[in-house]
Amino acid sequence: MLAPEQAILATLLVPLAGAAAIALASRQPNLRESITLLTALTLLGCVLSLLPPVIGGARPSVTLITMLPGLEIAFTVEPLGLLFALIASGLWIVNSLYSIGYMRGNNEANQTRFYVCFALALAATMGIAFAGNFFTLFVFYELLTLITYPLVTHHGTDQARGGGRVYLGLLMGTSIVFLLPALVFIWHVAGTTDFTVGGILAGKLGHAELAGLLALCMFGIGKAALMPFHRWLPAAMVAPTPVSALLHAVAVVKAGVFSVVKVIVYVFGIDNLAGAGLHGAADWLVVVAGFTIVSASIVALGADNLKRRLAYSTISQLSYVVMAAALLAPLSVIGAVLHIAAHAVGKITLFFAAGAIYTAAHKTEVSQLDGIGRRMPWTMGAFTVAALSMIGLPPAVGFISKWYMLSGAMAAQHWLAVAVIAVSTLLNAGYFLPIVYRAFFVAPSVGDHGHDHPHGEAPLPMVLALCATAAATVLLFFLPDVPLALARQTIGP
Amino acid sequence: MSLVPHLPALQVVVPLLAAPLTVLLRRRSLAFAVALAASWAALAIALLLWQRVADGGTISYAIGNWPPPWGIEYRVDKLSAFVLVLVAGIAAVVLPYSRASIEAEVSPQQHYLFYTMFVLCLAGLLGITITGDAFNIFVFLEVSSLSTYVLIALGRDRRALVASYQYLIMGTIGATFIVIGIGLLYLMTGTLNLSDMGRRIAAVQGTRPVLAALAFLTVGISLKLALFPLHQWLPNAYTFAPSAVASFLAATATKVAVYVLLRFYFSVFGESAVFARLPMQEAMLLLALAGMFVASTIAIYQTDLKRLFAYSSVGQIGYIILGLSFNSASGLTATIVHLFNHGVTKGAIFLLLGSVAMVMGGTSLARIQGLGKRMPLTSFGIVVCGLSLIGVPGTAGFVSKWYLLLAALERGQWWLVFLIVASSLLAAAYVWRFVDAAYFRELRKDTAGGGAVPWSMGVPAGVLVAATVYFGLDTSFTIGSAAQAAALLMGGPR
Repeated sequence: MLAPEQAILATLLVPLAGAAAIALASRQPNLRESITLLTALTLLGCVLSLLPPVIGGARPSVTLITMLPGLEIAFTVEPLGLLFALIASGLWIVNSLYSIGYMRGNNEANQTRFYVCFALALAATMGIAFAGNFFTLFVFYELLTLITYPLVTHHGTDQARGGGRVYLGLLMGTSIVFLLPALVFIWHVAGTTDFTVGGILAGKLGHAELAGLLALCMFGIGKAALMPFHRWLPAAMVAPTPVSALLHAVAVVKAGVFSVVKVIVYVFGIDNLAGAGLHGAADWLVVVAGFTIVSASIVALGADNLKRRLAYSTISQLSYVVMAAALLAPLSVIGAVLHIAAHAVGKITLFFAAGAIYTAAHKTEVSQLDGIGRRMPWTMGAFTVAALSMIGLPPAVGFISKWYMLSGAMAAQHWLAVAVIAVSTLLNAGYFLPIVYRAFFVAPSVGDHGHDHPHGEAPLPMVLALCATAAATVLLFFLPDVPLALARQTIGP
Repeated sequence: MSLVPHLPALQVVVPLLAAPLTVLLRRRSLAFAVALAASWAALAIALLLWQRVADGGTISYAIGNWPPPWGIEYRVDKLSAFVLVLVAGIAAVVLPYSRASIEAEVSPQQHYLFYTMFVLCLAGLLGITITGDAFNIFVFLEVSSLSTYVLIALGRDRRALVASYQYLIMGTIGATFIVIGIGLLYLMTGTLNLSDMGRRIAAVQGTRPVLAALAFLTVGISLKLALFPLHQWLPNAYTFAPSAVASFLAATATKVAVYVLLRFYFSVFGESAVFARLPMQEAMLLLALAGMFVASTIAIYQTDLKRLFAYSSVGQIGYIILGLSFNSASGLTATIVHLFNHGVTKGAIFLLLGSVAMVMGGTSLARIQGLGKRMPLTSFGIVVCGLSLIGVPGTAGFVSKWYLLLAALERGQWWLVFLIVASSLLAAAYVWRFVDAAYFRELRKDTAGGGAVPWSMGVPAGVLVAATVYFGLDTSFTIGSAAQAAALLMGGPR
């Protein structure tokens, strides 16, 4: 069996090796796809091997290179990072299965490039998940942006190019202009960028400076899609759906909110930010995140394009995590961490369903979906379960995370946050439930756009994938022990 | 008799002697062989010198055994050793590349002249770096400049002659200013030896001739440095010169000028004199920022890749001078390390552009459309170097940027921090123009030239691209040398 330190390095090397192997196997699609699945399974195995020691309290660590004097590329496994890695590696398997169905079903070009970039993106994600210091996180964060760019612009059309430009421009722009100066400043002030329980800035900065630095970090982590730097997310919808699933559930946005929680808990420190009774330093973040939640939900209400509606739903859900972390209450932080997992399985199901609908029925707009539940019962059934999770209703795992977030908000007596959660829950219901209702209970409108050709379910790999993630959504509701334990350990042993 | 004590002299003598040899050996292949041997020998010597300085401290060598300050002294300290490695290293990589490159770009009868001028230029640049005598700096400056003018003029385009002439005029003005400055210093201190000057200048610090000397030297060196707005010669020179020449110049000529500035400012005048009596700090800061923003913006609107990256060089030189204007250890470390990192990056880019010119028949954005499909490795190399210009982690440019930001933060100047990162966005914009043309446009039907890039061109370019990434990951050599050199300079006149 692998020692923990070796397992950490393996999680980086396995996807890299997989990428090389995929590139070599480009002429044999079946072999190539098998390599992807094998790599994904191996990666999950390596990550799982880290679970028992970390739950037991160990924090295995390995240092790779010293890039600048005093700044190392180092990895440390802690509960939050392990949860993120589990989600990413686990969902990669499902996503790969789905991709096989989607890419072949739609006869996409450049499939080898697609699978290679996917594997490389997962390697970067593992780097982010296991980063032992802020510097390492930054390096892999940038690499992730660059490596997902060819995935976003996969189709090579003018539209793809425009969407890719917004994607790259906003993500690189925010990280270079806001995050990098913040990182250098933290190093200058604290002398280290190591992630430490309780933060590394205790007593070093005044109140206003802490708030300013936090602002730089939060807006600098553009992948968390905090307004006004959220536009890259809908722009990235030009990508093929498996990429959207990756962006919005597995790697990119999760890397964003993961970084947000990690920075708040391990760089700033919850107590440091809460500071002696005043709420100051992170209060503005609750407001900004709350605004993002509500306004994104309102835009989602009005969006007819299904992927666009899901994109704005993602922006809204991500800010749940940010807001819950900003509340600085232990319960809400647990909720934030849980929501990273809950949103991942729920959203990936929704995107899978959207892709399945496109592949089987060639429909992209919500208004076209009347009665589709009859023809695609599994797809829409999974969609329903995931929608319940987004709204926060049992028996979906989204209920648990929302419960914690609400409890935390009430414990902190932050009534604005409570109101935001309540209002947005209603808005979520407002833009998800009609889809479900119309899919199952309204007869399909005849002769619209000539797209009403007889069709059945999507290809089998796609259906298997989305049923698996929908099942996970329900399963986690009944068996939340592992994510809950990891979330609890994040804020303290 | 061991050669080792004479390494400082050999550093210059070897390439210098290779020059008449290549003229005599008219045949291209022989001339190339001699030039190659000389440049590789020069690299070996530079590395040996660097090692000896790292182990044993500053080396002082008296030419002809005449002791300084009357005799000419060659003095290798941590800063000069570092710059020597850069110059010799770039020459050693560019020369193998040039053999195939000049087949297409220079007429065959002039090839031996190319090699002659190349080794002369190398000798000149190495001489500037290693000498400890002020007038000797001027002599070697003239040697390197005159050979540079010839090298640029060898370009195939007729505008290369004009570019060379323009550089000649501006370069001569610069050199004249420098020699006036040196003359004034000689007048006031009675010595030409840099160390001695540094000791004696304290007595005459505030006098008008010394301040005038500082001003003349600054303007003269800034002309050679291509500090905005004295950069007019650079875009034409880099665009119309043969690719190998453009690469060599972009990587070394301006960097050696920075070295001269550092040497005069910190080792002769002393930083307190320079920054306290004259508003050098503000002046350098403003000019650096102007260069960064104006030049980078102009780069975005260029239609030819060589010209685009030439303006990019002016912008990057702005970073180098910005570090200098901070007058702190971090700032100087940033300056010195970016000198190296940018040299490697830009050297790589121009080598790659030479390959592009050979295959696609030119380097205009219109002509290179679809380059990503036609020359995937070359395009990827240019992208990696572009990332270094932007300052993405994992590349050498990131390291320089980190120290620059650190230096600005140490002074608490957040507005400067945001200006620096904003200029990175400008760099992203002009790199994007290449990415857009190369990867998102269709190949043109009428791409002339054709064929593949020969190994002798591909490998050197690959080496420099690899170096760009390597020095972004392992900074022990670059930061180690730069930090020590910065500490040495901040320590005052030696």
